[in-house]
Amino acid sequence: MSSAVATPPPPAGAPLTKKALTADHPTWCPGCGDFAVLASFYRVLEKLQYPHEKIVTFAGIGCSSRFPYFVNTHGGHFIHGRALPFAAGISLGNDDLHVFVFGGDGDGFSIGGNHLVHTARKNIRMTYVIMDNSVYGLTKKQTSPTSPLGFKTKTDPTGAIDQPINPMRTLINSGATFVARSHATQVNHMVDMMLRAAKHDGFSVVEILSECVEFFEGAFDAAVPRKGGTWSLIDEKKHDGTPEDEKRHDTSDEVAAFKLAQQAWPGSFGVFYENKTRKTKNALEAELVVKAKERTKNAADLALLQATFARMR
Amino acid sequence: MVSPNTPETPGGATVPSGAPRSIHDVVIRLAGNSQDGIQSVGGFLARLAGRSDQDIMTYMTIPSTISGGPSIFQVRMGTGDILSAGDRADMLVAFYQHSYDAHIGSLRPGGVLLYDSDHVKPAADDNRFTNVAVPITSATVEAVGGTSKDKGKNIFVLGLIARVFDLDVAKLAALIKERFGGKNEDVVRNAMLAFDAGYAWPQNNLRDLFFRFEAIDRAVATNGRPQVTMDGNIALAYGLITGGVRHGAGYPITPWSSIMETLRAELPKYGGIFVQCEDEIAAVSTALGFSYTGQLAITGSAGPGLSLKMEALGWAVMAEMPLIVVNVQRGGPSTGMPTNVEQSDLMQAIYGSHGDTPRVVLAPKNVEDCFYIAIEAARIAREYSTPVFILTDMGLSSRIEAFDEPDLPKLMVDAKPDLSDRGADFKPYPRDRLTRHAPPGAKIGSGKYPTVTGLEHDELGHPTGSPKLHMQMTAKRREKIKALAASLPAPEHAGDSAGEVLLVTWGSSWGPGREALTRIRNAGVKAGHLHLRHIHPLPNGLEQTFARYHKIVVAELNDEGLYGFGQLTMMLRARYANPSIVSVTKTDGLTFKVSELVAGIGKHIESTALEASAGTARKSVLANG
Repeated sequence: MSSAVATPPPPAGAPLTKKALTADHPTWCPGCGDFAVLASFYRVLEKLQYPHEKIVTFAGIGCSSRFPYFVNTHGGHFIHGRALPFAAGISLGNDDLHVFVFGGDGDGFSIGGNHLVHTARKNIRMTYVIMDNSVYGLTKKQTSPTSPLGFKTKTDPTGAIDQPINPMRTLINSGATFVARSHATQVNHMVDMMLRAAKHDGFSVVEILSECVEFFEGAFDAAVPRKGGTWSLIDEKKHDGTPEDEKRHDTSDEVAAFKLAQQAWPGSFGVFYENKTRKTKNALEAELVVKAKERTKNAADLALLQATFARMR
Repeated sequence: MVSPNTPETPGGATVPSGAPRSIHDVVIRLAGNSQDGIQSVGGFLARLAGRSDQDIMTYMTIPSTISGGPSIFQVRMGTGDILSAGDRADMLVAFYQHSYDAHIGSLRPGGVLLYDSDHVKPAADDNRFTNVAVPITSATVEAVGGTSKDKGKNIFVLGLIARVFDLDVAKLAALIKERFGGKNEDVVRNAMLAFDAGYAWPQNNLRDLFFRFEAIDRAVATNGRPQVTMDGNIALAYGLITGGVRHGAGYPITPWSSIMETLRAELPKYGGIFVQCEDEIAAVSTALGFSYTGQLAITGSAGPGLSLKMEALGWAVMAEMPLIVVNVQRGGPSTGMPTNVEQSDLMQAIYGSHGDTPRVVLAPKNVEDCFYIAIEAARIAREYSTPVFILTDMGLSSRIEAFDEPDLPKLMVDAKPDLSDRGADFKPYPRDRLTRHAPPGAKIGSGKYPTVTGLEHDELGHPTGSPKLHMQMTAKRREKIKALAASLPAPEHAGDSAGEVLLVTWGSSWGPGREALTRIRNAGVKAGHLHLRHIHPLPNGLEQTFARYHKIVVAELNDEGLYGFGQLTMMLRARYANPSIVSVTKTDGLTFKVSELVAGIGKHIESTALEASAGTARKSVLANG
């Protein structure tokens, strides 16, 4: 991949544009849903206007995890399934950064399933976008943790027999403080969901159904109106006191979120759950530092260490 | 009292009863159950020795069962250099019958058996030892009063020991008050009651036992700095803090846990974070994430946990991310002997993971070195953008030693992440220079932001499938470690600069190795001792040293393997193609005894032609250790 021709950097103070955010040309197959996710992400960053150097784009392994090569920000490509604990180190190591993690259903729900649960429960500040195609694409069609029953793959030639993960239920149950679902054919919706996720103070997850045209064509057509499907948006409570508001979804209601997650395929799209009160681990760790510094009367590092050694005489 | 650990010390048998007999050093083994607090007796003695300019070495076993179970603490204290925990005990304190049964064999003939007569019945026909019966349990209960519990009998025993060895009671009392000072007054009072009762115990033959350590030449013994007393894991943790490490992540496993516990408690005071992760893989990943932000981080574990971290370590080598990885080695494989010592993870540290992953492996030689090697590891990791392993072991992790307080103002590293702007020519992976990552938060002049990656990549971090680039980048990762090798100091060498045998040790075998050298040289063997702290890369020039000896005997706490050589021996033989390099190995889960090393060396050199000229004293030493 050539990048020998350096484009001049934008002048200081210039807005961050898609042009400045574009890096290598994506290596995805033509027609892959991930292109739309990438395009939406550029728009999200254009809207957010974070300082360029403070944006971090990270990923694990898989087709979707190639993402960081296509976004010109600080970033990286870690090992399979472990992008979340790596990103936890980034987020906790420098609280000043905006951390985005991209990955697929295998990375997030299979090999990295344990990390998803614990990063969610600890509420470490970052935004995680799961591009779910319900198949292992990079390795050319094996069953994934979200492959539906009966789906024929190279590892299930007679059809998948294992109950698939319900991503929304898993995420809500793990304690993620922002859980949303979107579809790669709905760009405006993706932008809205990713934008709200980025602004959420905590661990925010957006699952995006992103079709693999090569190995699972038509997987998410049931939610695509022009293919005869139903696009069902979550109607969020407006708290306007009207009778119809009673029926709307309260995103702070965990039980209601579970009920939405139980809907028959293809289910609903939008924000399932949002907890704006739970503290982030970032904040809790910072409090530990403040308390420790109070106890030691803000002693300088060297004085602190010398006092410790004096106690070991 | 003649210690078998220092055979040259003159005995005091003719000194009249009542006057103190002068001794060079003493080995006391306390054997009881883990809840009896015998570790804290050892801790008190260790700290007392540290405050008295005496040298100290301890050895501890803790049971891997959750609570209770047999436990021992062995302390060797004395005048001058104490290099090992001692082969055999001069005094055994047995709290229970099982303690007596299991450990009487470790007491040298002529030694002192001090036992709790409430629980122990020594063999009636065994008159090899001076038996001292003290009803430790009931005397403690009586002294502390008001409770039927025997809590405090450890402190009672400390009082007994203080009496026998003429220890500084005022200093001990101060230590006890410091130790229990945070608790309520009753605790301190009870502890002092127990201590005084032990000290004043009116046993006749106890009164006859009265030793005093040889006077120490203070001018020689001290460098003006006081001594500090701690175990190897604590020394390592504070070495990391001194070296500027403020971030880390781990998962609990014996015997690594006390490092992470210490860092979790300490780092917030320094503005840092230590994260307890969901598993070993998350721990190494989070630590790498910290390092990526410019905060050099530490992760660690024991062998089984390290196995889980290996994939991420492959990434760290490929992405050239600095990281400190501690392995407190224990008996393996698998859960193995989790509370015993072994040096069997050497190959894992050097070659674990997948692909060609050149990286750095260091091993501390004693507790003090745990502190200094942590600082060195941090420096190397930053300078060469590489993972650095610290291979310590179960023996060092729990052993308490006193050492000169480090010169902290001189050693302290202030390592803030470098978030300064990078020029337009910034490249994360320059082929002609060492990698220095630009952490997120740093502006890049070209507007092209770097990607850190585990895929093979070009100088800017873009993925590549180019065979040429893979060869060039593999060479870059190799050559930087070779550059480090060229900068390493010559390893510590003692004894004769040429001769019959060179003993090579690594890790915690340094002390016994040095004592073994003294013993074989006293027996007339021309010998040297080489100790390796830098295991990978090896320092340059070892082949010249090796060439000056007929045999190079490498002592290792691991198995001889399929080909008859320990793990470091295999490395050295492969590197130097020198057939004179041989092994002394063992897998009993204990550190080397000096006698084992001497006998091991003897096996190798007494079969050579040189034997013909050997005297009988030499033969006896080399045959029996």
